Amino acid sequence: MGSDHKSSGDRTSNIRKSVDIRMILGRFGLLIGYFVFVIVATILSPRFLTPTNILNIVRQVSIFGILAIGQTFVILTAGIDLSVGAILALVVVITGGLLPDFGIPVAIAAGLLVGTFIGLINGLGVTKGRVPPFVMTLGMLGIARGFAFMYTGGMPIPVLDDRFLFIGNGYILGRVPVPAVIYLGLVIIGALILKYTPFGRYVYAIGSNAEAARLSGIKVDLNKTMVYALCGFTAGIAGILFASQLAVAPPIAGEGYELDAIASVVVGGTDLFGGEGGMFGTFLGSIIIGSLSNILNLTGVSPFVQKSAKGALIIAAVMIKARAERR
Amino acid sequence: MTESPMLEMKGITKRFPGVLALDSVDFSVAQGEIHALVGENGAGKSTLMKILGGAYQADEGEILLQGESIKIQNPSDGIKAGINVVYQELVLAPHLSVAENIMMGQQPRKRKLSIDWNQTYSRAQDVLDRIGIELDVRKTVKNLSVVQQQIVEIARALQRQSRILILDEPSAVLGKHDIELLYNVIRRLKARGISVIYISHRLEEIFLISDRVTVLKDGRAVGTKLTANLNEDLLVQMMIGHELKNIFQRKSRELGAESIRVDNLSLQGKFEGINLSVHEGEILGIAGLVGSGRTDIARVIAGVEKPTSGTISIYGKRVDLKSPSEALGYGIGLLPEDRNAQGLFLNRPIFENVTISSLFQYVRLGVLNLTQESKQVQALADEIGIRSTGIKQSAKNLSGGNRQKVVLARWLGAQSKLLIFDEPTRGVDVGAKVEIYRLMNALADEGVAIIMISSEMQEILGMSDKIIVLWRGTIAARYTREEATREKLLQAALIGAKNNGK
Repeated sequence: MGSDHKSSGDRTSNIRKSVDIRMILGRFGLLIGYFVFVIVATILSPRFLTPTNILNIVRQVSIFGILAIGQTFVILTAGIDLSVGAILALVVVITGGLLPDFGIPVAIAAGLLVGTFIGLINGLGVTKGRVPPFVMTLGMLGIARGFAFMYTGGMPIPVLDDRFLFIGNGYILGRVPVPAVIYLGLVIIGALILKYTPFGRYVYAIGSNAEAARLSGIKVDLNKTMVYALCGFTAGIAGILFASQLAVAPPIAGEGYELDAIASVVVGGTDLFGGEGGMFGTFLGSIIIGSLSNILNLTGVSPFVQKSAKGALIIAAVMIKARAERR
Repeated sequence: MTESPMLEMKGITKRFPGVLALDSVDFSVAQGEIHALVGENGAGKSTLMKILGGAYQADEGEILLQGESIKIQNPSDGIKAGINVVYQELVLAPHLSVAENIMMGQQPRKRKLSIDWNQTYSRAQDVLDRIGIELDVRKTVKNLSVVQQQIVEIARALQRQSRILILDEPSAVLGKHDIELLYNVIRRLKARGISVIYISHRLEEIFLISDRVTVLKDGRAVGTKLTANLNEDLLVQMMIGHELKNIFQRKSRELGAESIRVDNLSLQGKFEGINLSVHEGEILGIAGLVGSGRTDIARVIAGVEKPTSGTISIYGKRVDLKSPSEALGYGIGLLPEDRNAQGLFLNRPIFENVTISSLFQYVRLGVLNLTQESKQVQALADEIGIRSTGIKQSAKNLSGGNRQKVVLARWLGAQSKLLIFDEPTRGVDVGAKVEIYRLMNALADEGVAIIMISSEMQEILGMSDKIIVLWRGTIAARYTREEATREKLLQAALIGAKNNGK
């Protein structure tokens, strides 16, 4: 019996070693892939790898990138939030609408509050109402977008406050765009929450096995609700950036952004069934999607082609990951 | 017995990481024979049958069908060879009709294009007639009783020209009358020359229906005997064996305060009027068949389900447990029977699995101290003997025994005072079993109160200080450690309290 144990133990550790190599490939494969992409892009256009352009990419990515931060939490719990683009729009028009009469602090606070509140409703619908996340947030997509149109009567609201416009268009240290700073800050905060707080652990645990999480004494419904509220909150931040960056608050803001956000998470390697993945991957996913648009722009490729290229990229990224894991 | 058996499995060996599931097992079945396959949980019955059905591949060994060697690489190979398995969890299409399920994949066609419904119904009817069952072939399967659904599965196997039919614990979910119906079907199959391999835990039905019995134990075939030459004692001796006598290493303990007291606890449709109490340092064994309400009691005490009536008191204080999270607050921890589905986060590392119920211990100003956490997990893993490449190893790469230890480590880390083990050693190899028993004893020595639910009589007898036996949701008998015998427990579990006084 003793020798049996030893030999099977050795075998297990061999299996483990190969698993480790696979995990490293899985984890850094995306990064390696992106380096290759950067080299090719630099050959195609020397302007690609300049500090200005890189900061540009981060700035362009920042809005759907922030949506993707909240989305990462949701997808890690094995959920999905289709309503983030519509929440963004509602926050855009509310913030834009309140700005002239109530000033910046109230407008921003109201925007964030509305975003968080809608996220909270999503969470309660999913947990207490037992509506599947796909359906709940699909319904909320319609509701929030409808509210945005009702609030503005369908017309865009102009945003004129210069100090407000600084959030989306300003630079600090001369050349670093403010939205890029906000975005990177949120990525880091999100990553820290996932790694260093009990809440982060609960998010992974719930996504990995919700029933085991409940039996381990985790308040599953409460934590899930918080995740959706958090996602609404990040949609609120993205909405404020949007209104500021474009100096206008249209009710059609952020249409289709939910798909860019979900694509970022998925390309970044987070499992759609929950429990595996993380913020760094999502960040890289957003940057890859943004870089692709950027290089296609720089080389003068038609925007119509860009849409198809983006779609193909999403499929390719997931396919490569699935291959790597099966091996 | 005929000259050349219908089926021969020779020297079948199967290894899983950390476990030798089957060790050179020989097994043969004659034509038209009902062959019972018995053994404790984890003895290797299911593995052997999964190899025969094509769900697993043997690492070594050979399968002969009527003297000819065959390869069964997947379930469809098995079906082609005439081997069909009826699993405990039925695999029917619930929204389709009886006839469609019976004829599945082989529905007669009209000119290759459309389904010939008349033929479908009449051929399905034909199959049912052959086993003497009256059932409307147009009825939707989800409206059938469990036994009727089982019969539909058997009929499907028959329609596929099955020569060997494997029934995996078919009676576990059936009532008495339904079992009779099932027996009749099985006898008709036998009369038609079909071989039936019958897996069961219920000894009495083995004597009622089988021609021969093969006993598996710890992955080895202990022996094959004609049922007529056996009696219950002999069979049990074969199943239990002797070499495991001293694995429990039990010594007597001082009891502490009353940890939990349950009064008149009921859960609608599951159990009724349950009274029990467990003291610190005491192990209460709960015996009874699957479906007798054992697991439901555990779930109510762990706060997973709310009782319909009755009270639970922890250290003399009445509590109203609304969720597992509240139960955790009272120091109650459940080690569920189905560890993979209810206990573990398989794609997460060991340390996350261990500390998920005690994270607050490592939090300062809202932030986790990962260094302190991993030190604590390492200490627990060493104490319990979790064998891994490190605490960052993913739980899915652990063996059954080590998975159980991870769940145990979780509750130890949370300083639980009452642990409920539901089938603590199911799917665990013998070596790890001994370790789990040692740990349970060590915990009881330290004053933890333990409730242990088990199907293994030997485990119940070896570990418990006192024992209750459940029968159809009520307590059929109570024994102290000294009073209890295998026969008494079995009798109470099988036929309840009425005849138990004798």
